[in-house]
Amino acid sequence: MDVDSSQRRMAAYMRDHQDKVVSRWSELVAAGLRGRSSAAEVRRELDDLYALLLRAMSGTDEPAIGELRAALAELSGSRARNGFTPVETALGVFALKDAVYELVADTAELVPEYLAFSRMVDDLGLHTFETYAAAREQIIADQADAMLELSTPVIKLWEGVIAVPLVGTLDSARTQLVMERLLETLVATGAEHAVLDITGVPTVDTEVAQHLLKTVSAARLLGTECIVSGIRPQVAQTIVSLGIEFGDIATKATLADALAHALNRSGQRIEMQRPQQPGRG
Amino acid sequence: MERVPILKIGTTLFVSIQIDLQDESVVRLQEDLADELSLTGARGVIIDITAVEIVDSFIGRMLATIGSISRLFDAETVLVGMRPAVAITLTELGLSLRGVRTALNAEKGLALLNGSA
Repeated sequence: MDVDSSQRRMAAYMRDHQDKVVSRWSELVAAGLRGRSSAAEVRRELDDLYALLLRAMSGTDEPAIGELRAALAELSGSRARNGFTPVETALGVFALKDAVYELVADTAELVPEYLAFSRMVDDLGLHTFETYAAAREQIIADQADAMLELSTPVIKLWEGVIAVPLVGTLDSARTQLVMERLLETLVATGAEHAVLDITGVPTVDTEVAQHLLKTVSAARLLGTECIVSGIRPQVAQTIVSLGIEFGDIATKATLADALAHALNRSGQRIEMQRPQQPGRG
Repeated sequence: MERVPILKIGTTLFVSIQIDLQDESVVRLQEDLADELSLTGARGVIIDITAVEIVDSFIGRMLATIGSISRLFDAETVLVGMRPAVAITLTELGLSLRGVRTALNAEKGLALLNGSA
């Protein structure tokens, strides 16, 4: 008995019992998803899959196998994006075996057909899992990009003073991006002072310090003085114990201090306005 | 061989590099600059590299050398108009041009020289 003919017989059997199988399958899947997808929605998805599956099993419809895989990939991709677990996603396919087995359990002559069918479903289940993992990887990559974008703004603090608040770990990719943004902004605005605020940088080791120094010396080549601010007490201790030298780069405790320093250097002053006293004009 | 012109504006010499620098033209520029400095007694040199898109260690060393020559004549060198990509390259090469002052553009470079004079 060859695989093709047993698959065709199984397809014919499943077509005869389509409604029963799909109902049971939807029931199992809906239970697994614990109400996060409505029963009607699940039923619609599975109806489509089942129809494709029958076409693929009939053996005469070549493109159906590709379509079935594409449909499964789309389904598992959307599951991945909506935060379903891999088990929930894969179970959606494997539940079909249970649904069919409940029907064929009493008919002994369908055992070889069922085994062939089971292998096919296993294969599809693995395919689902693979696309699920790929979709998740894609999400992670997108988020990393978004974080890189989010975490490197260059802001104007004052006329001629710009600031780069650094948040998160400063690796070489980040440094490169920060450097490019900073220098572009320097050229565009003509700022003469730049503040690198490292309040949001969790740890400063020799590598991070190296990156900071690089950024500072690149800015200096464009004629801009850099001030490093936001040095926390623990970070100061680490810097000293590692023997990192900031040389003649001004370092300040807070962004406010750095701004005051920059204004002072450029000869600007902020004065408190004398409060008007009532009744004296 | 192409020559880089040296313009005198008040007590400042203005050098704008707008050609691809070869070894000979660089040597020529250094000679010309030394001559001009001794002749005019200029107090400042502005080197404009707005048009320079590619730098290597050779050009980096040339800039440092010009800075040293000028200092011998008690003139200050200001490098202006560096592109961001060039700044990043020089930093990656480890050339921070310590002896040379820098400014964003020619206007700021002049202000820097006049302010310090």
